[in-house]
Amino acid sequence: MATSIDVVGQLAPLAFGLAAIGSGIGVGIIVGKTIESVARQPELQGRLQTLMFLGIALTEALAFIAVGVAYIPFPHP
Amino acid sequence: MLFAGTPFALNRIELIRLLVLVVLLVFLLVGTRRLQLVPRRGQVVVEFLLGFPRNSIIIDTLGEKDGRRFMPILMTVFFVTLGMNLTGIIPGLQIAGTSVIGIPLIEAVILYVVFIYAGLKKNGAGFLKASLFPPGVPWPLYILLTPVEFVSTFIVRPISLTLRLLMNLVAGHMLLALCWAATQFFLVTLLFNGQALGLLGLGTFAFGVVFFGLELFVALLQAYVITILGAIYIQLSLADEH
Repeated sequence: MATSIDVVGQLAPLAFGLAAIGSGIGVGIIVGKTIESVARQPELQGRLQTLMFLGIALTEALAFIAVGVAYIPFPHP
Repeated sequence: MLFAGTPFALNRIELIRLLVLVVLLVFLLVGTRRLQLVPRRGQVVVEFLLGFPRNSIIIDTLGEKDGRRFMPILMTVFFVTLGMNLTGIIPGLQIAGTSVIGIPLIEAVILYVVFIYAGLKKNGAGFLKASLFPPGVPWPLYILLTPVEFVSTFIVRPISLTLRLLMNLVAGHMLLALCWAATQFFLVTLLFNGQALGLLGLGTFAFGVVFFGLELFVALLQAYVITILGAIYIQLSLADEH
């Protein structure tokens, strides 16, 4: 028994949602570890914050690339 | 559109870029004139704005000697990115000069050329050897490792520099536009026609204000990030071979 499901509409938001899972977990780990480190060594807070923002920017890029996918002009079937 | 129909047609984003250029030139020319040993109030602001990228981004990453060599290009990238990001949240302009691909792409290509040039000048062919064949692994691994290193160093780096800056600003612009458009719709259209649903507009207005602050933060952060990544790439190219 063959059933076919037609998927219609824009799939780009779905791609963004999937990509956001990964970078969401990544940003969470980065911020959590930074809080842990600051709790251990409060005197390093300034340097750790800089590294944290750098790490967040690198991780977030994956989600933003997924936003960019919506603008690639794929040929419509 | 200004001068529409001629080869010199300028749209809104290009006009904003030109405006940013003028503001930056005036700021740097007027701000750095008649500097005094004991700074007055205006000079303190200029010194802070110029000193932050100089000391805590470039010299901290590259060191005193190499930092001074690559200072002009990195400072240019920092100030162009900062100025063009900030127009995204200035009322009346409301679109960032970096939110179409031109400026981010040019900045990424410039940084790409600079870090390859820096590596080739310092280490010659050793730069390619060090970046494609990382030392300290048994040789059969190079079959796997060399293509990965090639893609990540020479292809992914410029693409991710471009897309990170571009998409942050595009997504921010869309968030703000969505919040303000929803506020307009709920408060003006619905509430004035006597529908209680229009009270949702207060919520969207609050979100608009919050995202306004977030976009200010993102504008500063992205200018910082593109400069420090450029400095880190140059520093990796300049590292001595082992």
